Amino acid sequence: MSGTFRTISENNTLDKSKVINFTFNGDSFQGYEGDTLASALIANGVHLVGRSFKYHRPRGFLGVGVEEPNAMVQLHEGDKSEPNIMATEVEITEGLKAKSQNCWPSVKFDIGEVNNILKRFFPAGFYYKTFMWPKSFWMKVYEPIIRKAAGMGVAPIKPDPDRYEHNYEHCDVLVVGSGPSGLASALAAANNGARVILAEDKAHFGGSLLTDNVTIGNKSGKEWADETISYLKSLPNVIVKNRSQVFGYYDHNMTVMFERVSDHIHNPDQYMPRQRLHYIRAAEVIISTGSIERPLSFGNNDRPGIFLASAANEYMKVYGTLVGKKPIIFTNNDSAYKAAIEFHKNNIKSLIIDTRPSSDGELVKEAQSLGLVIKFNSGIADVKGRLKVTSAIVGKFNSDKESYASLEEFECDCICMSGGWTPTVHLSSQAGNKLKFDESLDAFVPNNKRQKETAVGAANGSFTLNQSLAEGFQVGFDLSNSITSNNKNTTVPTSNEASFQPHDKFWCMPLPKGKNPSRFIDFQNDVAVSDIELAFREGFRSIEHVKRYTTLGMAGDQGKTSNLNGLQHVSNIQKKIVPEVGHTTFRPPYTPVTIGTIVGREVGNHFQPSRKTPTHEWHVTNNVVFTNAGLWLRPRYYPRGSETMSDAVNREALNVRKNVGICDVTSLGKIDIKGPDAAELLNRVYTNAWMKLPVGKARYGVMLREDGMVFDDGTTTRLSENHFHMTTTTAQAANVLSHLEFYLQVVWPELKVNVLSTTEQWSGAAIAGPKSRDLMQKLFPKVDFSTENFPFMGLVETEFEGIHAKLYRISFSGELAYEVNVESNHGLFMWNEIMKAGEEFGIQPYGTEALATLRIEMGHVSGPELDGRAVPYDLGLQGMVSQKKDFIGKRSLEKDAFVNPLRQTLVGLVPVDKKTKIPEGAHLVENDKASLPNPKLGHVSSSCWSVEYNNPFSIGVLKDGKNKIGQQLFAVYPLKDISIPVEVVSSHYVDPKGERVRV
Amino acid sequence: MLEIKCPYCGKRSQNEFAYGGDATVKRPNLGEEVSTKDWDDFVYYRDNPRGKHTEYWHHVSGCRQWFKASRDTATHEIFNTSSLEEEL
Repeated sequence: MSGTFRTISENNTLDKSKVINFTFNGDSFQGYEGDTLASALIANGVHLVGRSFKYHRPRGFLGVGVEEPNAMVQLHEGDKSEPNIMATEVEITEGLKAKSQNCWPSVKFDIGEVNNILKRFFPAGFYYKTFMWPKSFWMKVYEPIIRKAAGMGVAPIKPDPDRYEHNYEHCDVLVVGSGPSGLASALAAANNGARVILAEDKAHFGGSLLTDNVTIGNKSGKEWADETISYLKSLPNVIVKNRSQVFGYYDHNMTVMFERVSDHIHNPDQYMPRQRLHYIRAAEVIISTGSIERPLSFGNNDRPGIFLASAANEYMKVYGTLVGKKPIIFTNNDSAYKAAIEFHKNNIKSLIIDTRPSSDGELVKEAQSLGLVIKFNSGIADVKGRLKVTSAIVGKFNSDKESYASLEEFECDCICMSGGWTPTVHLSSQAGNKLKFDESLDAFVPNNKRQKETAVGAANGSFTLNQSLAEGFQVGFDLSNSITSNNKNTTVPTSNEASFQPHDKFWCMPLPKGKNPSRFIDFQNDVAVSDIELAFREGFRSIEHVKRYTTLGMAGDQGKTSNLNGLQHVSNIQKKIVPEVGHTTFRPPYTPVTIGTIVGREVGNHFQPSRKTPTHEWHVTNNVVFTNAGLWLRPRYYPRGSETMSDAVNREALNVRKNVGICDVTSLGKIDIKGPDAAELLNRVYTNAWMKLPVGKARYGVMLREDGMVFDDGTTTRLSENHFHMTTTTAQAANVLSHLEFYLQVVWPELKVNVLSTTEQWSGAAIAGPKSRDLMQKLFPKVDFSTENFPFMGLVETEFEGIHAKLYRISFSGELAYEVNVESNHGLFMWNEIMKAGEEFGIQPYGTEALATLRIEMGHVSGPELDGRAVPYDLGLQGMVSQKKDFIGKRSLEKDAFVNPLRQTLVGLVPVDKKTKIPEGAHLVENDKASLPNPKLGHVSSSCWSVEYNNPFSIGVLKDGKNKIGQQLFAVYPLKDISIPVEVVSSHYVDPKGERVRV
Repeated sequence: MLEIKCPYCGKRSQNEFAYGGDATVKRPNLGEEVSTKDWDDFVYYRDNPRGKHTEYWHHVSGCRQWFKASRDTATHEIFNTSSLEEEL
């Protein structure tokens, strides 16, 4: 059995030859292919699906699509588990497991329902009123309890095994929604030669044509829709997508669409993505998103079994499912009569309650001719039945409609309500459209557009089929013609539908005398009429404030069913008209989107690109531990045997101090600078002088930002008169290039210089240590490595087995050191040759950690010191600042604050016990017991274990640092309750005169 | 995401570009005597208009040219872009 609540008619979208098994809350059910989880459950008589967010009230289905506020379920299990899925949007597949959420221990008996009994303690704004005292209870007691009780679904804790993709599309016309106006505009635009994308959220195309008894041309609406879709699919200039929701409209006509690619397939192919995100940049966007029916407000109108009338109709016509067998239709307009007529076709007689005194619309007349009982001038005051509606208390209105003349109880198993229709203006509003209020529709419609969006059909407030088609064809032609100029017009077919009478602008039923049942406006957020009244009594006037205080229209729902009823109630209370109250902001996404889709393929190693040096594989073979330096993977250290990280780092650093080490420095930024004004450019961007640097010599340079702060440092070598090779830090390589380009293109276009990144063209190896000269001599026997011929900061160009090699004598480690640069494709070969030749000298590779140890011991500044808050003086670099020329940032150095002798300057720090390592980021204070706020004198920027002296050593900045050498301070780290007595020493801890690099 | 017309490459997505700030600011000439106020105006102070703003953009993941754009800061509408030499 696939449900006892099925229609007689076979004219729906189900494939009854394919039975599908699924479970809900552990119970097994059957449905048909084409069923949604909602339609299959309803067909099986299951209406209780969840508990409401705040009061844990039993809830069933209200709608049939994205407008569903209640029926959110948890799908699947384990790593595929997914919370907060609308049951109306899930197509069932074999073996699907679904369960209710926000209830414990079960949906039928939910402990949390005590909240409903204690409702007076949970009114609007309860978050702001309750649980506020004592303050210390919030984090530990109140918040965890509220979270447990008021949560929704449960997020899976395992990584998502599914595949998600991103796609970028461009088109002339994007049509959102495939109802009559959407199909018409897509057809007109496609026939006129435009590249068209047509997007439909549901599995089936056609929108209202699937449910309404209308004719277009000589066909039924559904036949016309099917035929039009087949035709559009056959055209090469049209992309047709179902199960695809355009959920966001962003700047410059960028729309984003969410496609459910394989959720509806039982065993999708291995590499089929589950869902796809499409970024669509369209020249024109046609918004044919239709409209959503509004609920009516009456006592206990949230009970399971109470539906929107349009949803009941769609369940019957599209899903072959009956929402009940003893229906009451409750309406303030003609459209709900469609459901009554459809019930009648299934031999089910409805009782119709109409708030209007009368109507002679064609649908009403048809219902009358079918012999259905219609009670005009009446409303439902309250309903009975807690887990499912069992009867309605119906009252005849007194003349003022503020009370009932008499009340009568009618049994029922479902109520199909209609409070009129709200155009779906979300995308228009997101696009920046200033909406206007249409008095006759009682709704906002698009008005002044800011982007290239055009609403048609019901989304534009055009509710008749004639209007929708005419608008669709016209707009589709006009917009496409502005692009293609083909002038190919499509004939508008004739159409026929039942005529309508105006709706009743009355939707909030009076309460029965002496009773006070909740009349819900926002089902998802549990906001009732009384909550809005309370907000008003407490002084909230702005609609945005009322929204936030009551949570009306917030979260995933985005006010789909609640927005207009809420606005009308606020305006009624304030005795204003709706346009004066205004409306709240519609925000993307229109419907919830999975995080997986937003992330796409950018997960794990694909999160960002990895930059690998030419010697990457060598490092891997030699047991490296990598570190991320920007996008680069740099060797951090190379542990041997059972070495810890600090063992390995100390060994590597010590080997540089004693023998010779090799370090991969490929990731350092390299910029080739060429042109007659190249030296002049360097002179302007660096603080020191560059005009007289001889060819073949390197110089250390510091560059500032215009505000005087140190921006970057590095060595730059003059390769020839007009050609320089600049190096930057790994971190700032890209920024320095942009910086140079800015000044060359924008500020000093008269300079004749070209700059080009060559970072990836050169593979660099630093060879450092007292034995580096011997090793270099062995590798390059033709080169004279004596200091006279190849001094510190010298360059020699040579070759190695036919490979061009640039040898620089530069040092970051403070030891005698060289850098060998070869073209990248020879990098690995050169590295291997160096390792072979270096064996007899005890060569070992060293990583960034040992490199840090070496430079900290020497007091060389790096990233942690160049933190954008230091001027050259602070870092002991004032000697680098030329007094004779102007350069970027120089004028700032004259500012009072920057010449203050008490500024924090670079110092060295040694723990008094010579044992305790000082944490980076620790604050320097005079007295660690002083009362707060304890004046901070500076902070620790970089720490290491000094392999030279075998004790911890740090550098940092300290107020008036130069005059504090020899003093004792405290390095404190209050977060971890750490206080370490430290002695202030010179930052040049090892080789203070810098003799080693010059030997 | 904005769509920006690089004067050299044509329309491209915003993620190829880097923003470069107010394009009406002129750097004082090198070697020029500059009062503290004028220098501070150049370094720190910017107008923050609601509406039309003339600004620099850099086609970083493209031709690497800097250029000018006129953009509405409230609506993100880009009225025009031009090379540095051209009048915007």
